[in-house]
Amino acid sequence: MTDTFKMDEAQPRLLDETRQGVIGTPMDRPEGKLKVSGRAPYAAEIALDGMVHGVLVRATITRGQITAIDETSIHDTPGLLGVFHGEHFVRNPAQGMAAESPEQPGTRIDYHGQPIALVVAKTFEAARDGAHKLKISYKPDDSVDVDPQTASNVVSKDDDAVIIGDVDSAMARADASVDLQFTTPGQVAAAMEPHAAIAQWQGDQLLLHGSLQMLRFNKRELADAVGIDPENVRILSPYIGGGFGSKLGIGAEAVSAALASRALGCPVRVVMARQTVFDAVLRRTETSQRVRFAATKEGKLTAIAHDDTVSNLSDEGFAEPVSTASQFLYGAENMHFLQKVAQIHRTPAGSVRAPGEAVGMLAFEAGLDELAEKLDICPVQLRLNNLPERHPATDQAFSARALAQALREGAQQFGWSERQPTASRREGDWYIGMGMASAARSNMLVPSAARVTLEADRIVVETDMTDIGTGSYAILGQIAAEMLGLPTEKVVVRLGDTDLPGASGSGGSFGASSAGSAVYLAAKKLREELAHSLGCAAEELTLQDGMARGANHEKSFAELLPNPIMAEGAIEGGKTADEYFSAGFGAHFCEVAVHAWTGETRVRRMLGVFGMGRVLNEKTARSQAVGGMIWGVGAALTEELSHDPRTGHIVSRDLANYHVPAHADIPRQMDVVFLEERDDQANPMQTKGIGELGISGAGAAVVNAIHNACGVRIYDFPATPDKVIAGLEALGR
Amino acid sequence: MKSFDYIRAESLSDASKAMGDGAQLIAGGTNLLDLMKLQIMSPDRVIDITRLPGLSDVAPYKDGVKIGALVSNSDLAADPKIKALYPVLTRAIVAGASGQIRNKASTGGNLLQRTRCPYFYDTSMACNKRAPGTGCSAHGGAGRMLAILGTSDDCMAAHPSDMAVALRALEAHVEITSANGETREVGLDTLYRLPGDRPDLETTLAEGEIITAVILPAPVKGSVQSYRKVRDRASYAFALVSVAAVVTMDGDKIDTASLAFGGVGVRPWKDAQVDALLHGQTPDQALFAKAADRLLAQAKPHPEAEFKRPLVKRALIAALREATGLAPATAGTDKTRDAV
Repeated sequence: MTDTFKMDEAQPRLLDETRQGVIGTPMDRPEGKLKVSGRAPYAAEIALDGMVHGVLVRATITRGQITAIDETSIHDTPGLLGVFHGEHFVRNPAQGMAAESPEQPGTRIDYHGQPIALVVAKTFEAARDGAHKLKISYKPDDSVDVDPQTASNVVSKDDDAVIIGDVDSAMARADASVDLQFTTPGQVAAAMEPHAAIAQWQGDQLLLHGSLQMLRFNKRELADAVGIDPENVRILSPYIGGGFGSKLGIGAEAVSAALASRALGCPVRVVMARQTVFDAVLRRTETSQRVRFAATKEGKLTAIAHDDTVSNLSDEGFAEPVSTASQFLYGAENMHFLQKVAQIHRTPAGSVRAPGEAVGMLAFEAGLDELAEKLDICPVQLRLNNLPERHPATDQAFSARALAQALREGAQQFGWSERQPTASRREGDWYIGMGMASAARSNMLVPSAARVTLEADRIVVETDMTDIGTGSYAILGQIAAEMLGLPTEKVVVRLGDTDLPGASGSGGSFGASSAGSAVYLAAKKLREELAHSLGCAAEELTLQDGMARGANHEKSFAELLPNPIMAEGAIEGGKTADEYFSAGFGAHFCEVAVHAWTGETRVRRMLGVFGMGRVLNEKTARSQAVGGMIWGVGAALTEELSHDPRTGHIVSRDLANYHVPAHADIPRQMDVVFLEERDDQANPMQTKGIGELGISGAGAAVVNAIHNACGVRIYDFPATPDKVIAGLEALGR
Repeated sequence: MKSFDYIRAESLSDASKAMGDGAQLIAGGTNLLDLMKLQIMSPDRVIDITRLPGLSDVAPYKDGVKIGALVSNSDLAADPKIKALYPVLTRAIVAGASGQIRNKASTGGNLLQRTRCPYFYDTSMACNKRAPGTGCSAHGGAGRMLAILGTSDDCMAAHPSDMAVALRALEAHVEITSANGETREVGLDTLYRLPGDRPDLETTLAEGEIITAVILPAPVKGSVQSYRKVRDRASYAFALVSVAAVVTMDGDKIDTASLAFGGVGVRPWKDAQVDALLHGQTPDQALFAKAADRLLAQAKPHPEAEFKRPLVKRALIAALREATGLAPATAGTDKTRDAV
């Protein structure tokens, strides 16, 4: 049994002492060539003998009961094998880390687009035709809430509210204040690879090839949904074409494939059509947000309030944590954070890239920009004026916080001092402006285990951790190579198999730190074993290129290791997480052009400066940061789920109509600067999450730049041309 | 997707004869295949015309140019004659879709692409265009991308083509060949029907008729041409509004102006009164605004498409400022050359 390391106190910075010199380097992803040459098999690409094809059928009412599914309506479908539905069918994917089946509503319909049946045929085309034609009878409910603005059930989460002092009276007394309402639309993860699964049974053993982010949890979710022991489930998910939160939990594709495969006795493949991905995968909630700031004329905040309303189905526990970063970025004597959840019948909401900060900081950091304008204080300086000593809501000390440095360095590198007064800079028909915002994303450590085997000339790293395109294969290999003194080419990393030790999975930006720490700890045990064999203390040991040295001894691994040695490492959070608050911090700077006539916005350049602990791979980290900033541009300018006002049904159900930024939306100049940082309280590697920090605040920098360019404030995201010209016309421009 | 027979036509008459109920021509397939997968269109027979001879050239014709119906959007946009003499067409084509789609999409197919109204695409919703007589879900529904001109109670769907907008500004005709091999040439206003109470009938093509070419009239010598497309992202999005302009000046006055509009009409939109209003006038912002008001006189926007009124006005002003020399030309505005 593996002993689990608890992060109770800061650990020595061993990765600053090791000699292999690969940690932090911009190593290419080892699996990159497989991916770009089509040789990395994704879930739907596995070819199994006798495999048949299932296509999901969706509900076309918003709420009510299924009264009949008429299988005879498609009896002439060529090669039809069956129609599957009933008590085991899941309504929507499991929320992240649920570890149990998502809701199985039987004949009840809770949203338009809910998957309710699977049509299986020998060919995909026939199954799709059958799914299209299957006749379903419903008994719809008469009235249904689909709009959060008019919902009759709105739950106030008073128990989770943070209320310090008295914001109202601080607002009344303040030299300057703002009280602003913002809305952000629903969003989707928009992973390139649609959700897909192939299920295969051998006796009572279920093997699932899936596209899933958190296998340790997914195994239990699938077992619970299908009604079997988790020990009888194995999931393989070695390559994933993007997750962004949408593959945290097991969904209808996996469960229905398993059910159909069990009944039919052959492998069943289920791939969601793009439209199904929009309908039946958890979306990000739309939000309405009220942001209030009060300040003295010197620019000291006296009140910070950020209240929001999000939505979900009544029995889904997830509520987008909109004000997370608002609670710790700045300090004031009076604070107010209260969330309400509107219970509505739309595709249910869940985690989508940086839940909370991604949309909360759009409003919060835009509101602060407006306060800076009122105070006539530089927005960078206003932020620097108000950094709290400790977490204002929890009173924890900050572990490592590079916010001030990021703000200063960012301003300097971006040329912030060149920023002109509002709407005063023109190039032809284009207004030019600059904006900035802080970046923050809370950091987490999730229990993880990994196994590392060291041979004379090879390291094998094994864990059920996933790589969703982020670089897990690369960084886990680098950690093992660095700790054990072999080149990275000598490391084999095996991921995405539930038979391997259970890791955090990919989500919440915690994968690299959590799974990476498990690898680190396993390797550390092997170092101790090597030190013992060599005859030196572990602290004296250096490992490099297959040679072990220490206390005047020197031996090759070949000499030291007649047989391979193996160790498991496991980690979980401990006391440091109680005493310290750990988060990634940074600053975004953006320059935009806004067309004076048409209101189109073009981002001309962006800079993100981030302090996020030790960087494990400079290249994959940079890609993550830039990717996050691009999502920020999307949130600011283009991304929007639209719903039918009567049915709640998503009407922008494909990537032609749900606009993620295209290449032409992103400038060549997307600069990222990493500040040298070690977060000693976070984990033994002193790393922090990277993936979601880039998005957090980025979109606010974009809309703040729009205001500086042309004087228009955007309160309803995204800033599409119609909204910008409405603002221009209101200003008489 | 529904099973269908695939027929490869060896000649135009082959293709014509195979047409009829349940048949559908396919060339690039960039729109049709999507519609077939979603079973919005479910033909019994698909007639592949991509091997038909003689339809893939851009060649001089009378005073102008004849564009074969199978010329790909990419090839047409890159053709030296088009770039020099009809630059608004190149600009409009490259403002549409993506490089991959333009490589496959054909000239004839582009003209006949279907609307992207979300209710047309959602087979669980009523749509008079997809399923005649079922109703129009866009009434009381999501309507940001709908047309505001030429709409009826039964349909407000916008025509999605960029290329066709430029063709209207250039006053192009289409050559239509019938089953017995006869050809006729009609303007785009004749080709496209207004939706009225039969939005499922989009063109005046009779059974067995095939668009075989697009015919451009003589180039407008000395013109400035502009295609100004406003959309929700910088590339790969349908127009919120677009303006195609072909303008000639006589001294400091506008001599001729031929404007066409995308994103606002049920078909690529042209209004002769707007062109006439500009003729002989001194260009200024007030004149352009007046032209926009004339264009919008009959507009009936869905509440969510109300923004298209100010947006098309502002896009028209931006385009005409450049086309008339009030503002320096930027990307999208070109002076025609005298020769290739």
